[in-house]
Amino acid sequence: MFEFIHKMGSPPHFWRLSGALAPWLGWASLLLIVAGLIGGMVLAPEDYQQKDAFRIIYFHVPSAWLSMFAYVIMATAAAIGLVWRIKLAHSVAAACAPIGASFTFLALATGSIWGKPMWGTWWVWDARLTSELVLLFLYFGYMALRAAIDDETRADRASALLAIIGVINIPIIKYSVEWWNTLHQPATISKLGKPSMDSAMLMPLLIMWLGFTCYFVAVLLIRTRAEILARERNKKWLRDVLGSG
Amino acid sequence: MEWPGLATAFWLQLVRDLRLAFRHIGQAANPLMFFVMVTTLFPLALSPAPEQLASIAPGVIWVSALLASLLAAESLFRQDVEDGTMEQLALSPQPLSILLLAKTTAHWLMTGLPLVIMAPIVGHALFLAPEAVPATMLALLLATPVLSLAGAVMAALTVGLRRGGGLLSLLILPIVMPVLIFGARATDLAVQGLDTAGVIYLLSAVLLLAVSLAPAGMAAAMRISLD
Repeated sequence: MFEFIHKMGSPPHFWRLSGALAPWLGWASLLLIVAGLIGGMVLAPEDYQQKDAFRIIYFHVPSAWLSMFAYVIMATAAAIGLVWRIKLAHSVAAACAPIGASFTFLALATGSIWGKPMWGTWWVWDARLTSELVLLFLYFGYMALRAAIDDETRADRASALLAIIGVINIPIIKYSVEWWNTLHQPATISKLGKPSMDSAMLMPLLIMWLGFTCYFVAVLLIRTRAEILARERNKKWLRDVLGSG
Repeated sequence: MEWPGLATAFWLQLVRDLRLAFRHIGQAANPLMFFVMVTTLFPLALSPAPEQLASIAPGVIWVSALLASLLAAESLFRQDVEDGTMEQLALSPQPLSILLLAKTTAHWLMTGLPLVIMAPIVGHALFLAPEAVPATMLALLLATPVLSLAGAVMAALTVGLRRGGGLLSLLILPIVMPVLIFGARATDLAVQGLDTAGVIYLLSAVLLLAVSLAPAGMAAAMRISLD
């Protein structure tokens, strides 16, 4: 176990592994998203109330899920980096933030596009929308703090602490619809065994969710590789791998 | 060698910071001035009509208090880090978290408490319903320490940075939004003559959470900044 962690903490090993994994995940996400799109946009039946407008769920739900998942990954990586002083973990956290911020923005944007015809407004100050917006600000704060500190080690550790403090918002987003019971509807698919959706609508959503997650991991690996390139630019192993001086 | 106990260390640090603050009373009064001035901007910008002001008064008071605490957080640790006092504190045998908690307490007494005391006057100027004033003061009394504590954690994170000002607001605002929501809600409920107990309890819970967690966060952040 410790050997595995130790190995994963070494940039050359991660470089090889991520280089091998990223293309597979990338292609898998492409196939899954195309399949999910066909299933969701063409094959799934119309909603009896919302007609075709419900189909934005195939973007909205996976993005919203990833906006939180990315934060948890970021904070976990940051905590690992802070406690065990593993630089690679900080690279993962740093690579995670812009992706997470993008998914948060996508979740908010698709939500308001759906909200306009359904709720009659682009934006409501509902508990879940507000907490998701706060999540976007947390990502911005994390990136701004990291950008403001010149010293790499200090930037890593300070932003890691900030990421850990911000974790407090994740359960608030998750349970906001249950605690405050405002306009945003409760989760549709988390009720295992008894989903409140027809399976013809649900299957494409699960496929999209898997596709988005594969995409996230692939991009995370690629961005982490870019971080490693920047941080280890003077190291010998990197020159050996890249084959030139 | 015998070290003074925790309570003594806390008390000495608190007294030192208060004494320093009183010697530069003008600087310590800045957030209060800011609070009063921001609230006077609203009647000028919107309209001096009493009924309109009364309807926005809860929001204006809370947003102004939040902005004043942002302004105050900036100067919390700066001087001690610049003149090396903070390194001595970090090296001392007393836990840094307790010393920083004492500094934050002194800071709250100088910048947070005056806002609570000034709130009735500002509320009156904005035609806030008189029956909402006690609830507003109680809510501010519970909320301003949270603002100071959250500000202290973020100030400790950004203290060494040259362009920390705008960044500090960006870091503090997202985490104190719940305080703003509950606080403004307390004032709003009181204006409508409804029971504010639930919101007050929530604010108390947030304060307890902040008092117990923030000192550890401050100390960790300060050690990173001093590296």
